[in-house]
Amino acid sequence: MNLAYRDIRHNLGRFLLTCVGLGLLLGVVLAMIGIYRGLVVDALTIARAPAVDLWVVEANTRGPFAEASRIPGDIREAVARIAGVTSAGSITFQTVEAEHRGAKLRLYVIGYELTRPGGPPEIFEGREIARSHYEMVADQSTGLILGDRIRLGRHVFTVVGLTQHQVNSGGDPAVYITLPDAQKLQFDLSPPAARVEVARGTSGSSRDTVNAVVARLHANASPEAVAETVRRWKHLSAITQEAQELILTRSLVDRARRQIGLFTSLLLVVSAVIIALIIYTMTMEKLKQIATLKLIGAPDRTIIGMIVQQALALGFIGFAIGTTLIVNIKDYFPRRVVLEPDNVLILGLIVFAVCLVSSALGVRAALRVDPATALGG
Amino acid sequence: MAGGGPDHALVRLDRISKHFGEGETRVDALREVSLDVYPGQVVALLGPSGSGKTTLLNIIGCILDASSGAMEVDGETVLRDGQWLRPNLRQLRLDKIGFIFQFHNLIPFLDATDNVALVLRLAGADHAVARARATDLLDYLEVGHRRSAMPSKLSGGEAQRVAIARALANRPRIILADEPTAALDSKRAEIVMDLLRKVALEQEAAIIAVTHDEKIFDRFDRIFSLRDGRLEADTAHAD
Repeated sequence: MNLAYRDIRHNLGRFLLTCVGLGLLLGVVLAMIGIYRGLVVDALTIARAPAVDLWVVEANTRGPFAEASRIPGDIREAVARIAGVTSAGSITFQTVEAEHRGAKLRLYVIGYELTRPGGPPEIFEGREIARSHYEMVADQSTGLILGDRIRLGRHVFTVVGLTQHQVNSGGDPAVYITLPDAQKLQFDLSPPAARVEVARGTSGSSRDTVNAVVARLHANASPEAVAETVRRWKHLSAITQEAQELILTRSLVDRARRQIGLFTSLLLVVSAVIIALIIYTMTMEKLKQIATLKLIGAPDRTIIGMIVQQALALGFIGFAIGTTLIVNIKDYFPRRVVLEPDNVLILGLIVFAVCLVSSALGVRAALRVDPATALGG
Repeated sequence: MAGGGPDHALVRLDRISKHFGEGETRVDALREVSLDVYPGQVVALLGPSGSGKTTLLNIIGCILDASSGAMEVDGETVLRDGQWLRPNLRQLRLDKIGFIFQFHNLIPFLDATDNVALVLRLAGADHAVARARATDLLDYLEVGHRRSAMPSKLSGGEAQRVAIARALANRPRIILADEPTAALDSKRAEIVMDLLRKVALEQEAAIIAVTHDEKIFDRFDRIFSLRDGRLEADTAHAD
């Protein structure tokens, strides 16, 4: 005769309602963990997309993500000729606001050289850019679909391909266009401004400027050694892929990451306290019954078993509800929620441990119950 | 003396005293109480509030120790000089003592049958055996038609009968009842007391009940009064 099960069955509605409440709380904890992980993954996505080993940027900067970086476009040729480099490509990054179907669309525009490193990692739908102008590969999260036409600057681009999960560290969806188009978009002045520049006599400056040159290396080449060569002989900053990822996670999104991390920890503590209170209250409501059970000869293990089993059932069902909820709605969050199986497993283990510890409070209260209290005074 | 032989007392109290606190705060709840209760006897403990009735019931029920004195339960000395001689009092309660409470104290999440079967399961009985015995007991106490009902669906009389069935489940030699008829009207109170008398006689059990219910005094074989911790009177009724 399982007393825990019988008690739960007797108060099924209330127990399930408690489980749903706990499930919502654990769902929020899980969502926060997912947002935390999503923030890191988002920050790394754009840096990992070109699948390169080295980032060459403006001297004394940690660009192009953490700091602004501008270097001449012909640096790519110089980098490509360095021993150990197999291929190199120039890229630009800029955030623009465009209008699409009457709404403002914030886009992270990446300009890259066709056939060189720096382009979209994988086309989910459609094709890569084939023409040198006015074609675009957009991320699915922009809401754009194949064939959509959207104005960027003074030109209209046609969406020819779609990617998935390509966003910058701020969550803005990425679009890929050719490098010349991106340079025009970034550096071309509007006609009135251009006339002012002409009047000032400064209009002749080259617009072949990029934000970074990315390079792929031979399998046996040391990224550190190549980076050192770039720094010494080209008077530029060179950042290995590993260092770039470190900059992104430790510097660019660090504060937001820590903020969410701290909030998640607080939520976990709050959840633990709430679980403890629920289990303690459930036990306190049964003190008379526990006293009766003790008086009629129930061993302590029967009473402990009842409390611990109920605590674990509460935690398990609450956790299952929370996980099911978040897994089903995570794609509707405005920013990416990344839930890895190990995150879910770890939270499950934490909930299990919290339930066990919390039930100790109830067990302690139950064991202190004097069986004589079952008898009247 | 109704039923049972006088040679083997099921409960024998020998100068049991119990005090709480020390010095100025000392309260003598029981003073040298001696009492023998034999099989088949139904005994009442009377007394005003604070006279020591519940303390005495707790000591006989092995849930409270005495400050001094000795106690035998079914021929076994379990308490001497205020010290328990038996380590596992829980098992003693399970095997030898049944409890009936003022407000029946049925476990609300178990139906009538399982409330009774629970005691047998705690004693190690097989599930089917426990339920069969519980069903028999409920039938015996004429509440078998309510065997699947939850306690909240039982009337006061039905609930008290289920509680009596639970107290009888392990065939205890001693049944301790705390105001067993307090929550019942006079008709149901008489029915319950008749049941207890029947059980005492048929199962050769001793029943000790704390009560204030004058309407049922004639159902007791012996009536003791407790006043300021002393057992003052022993009124024997002839059956």
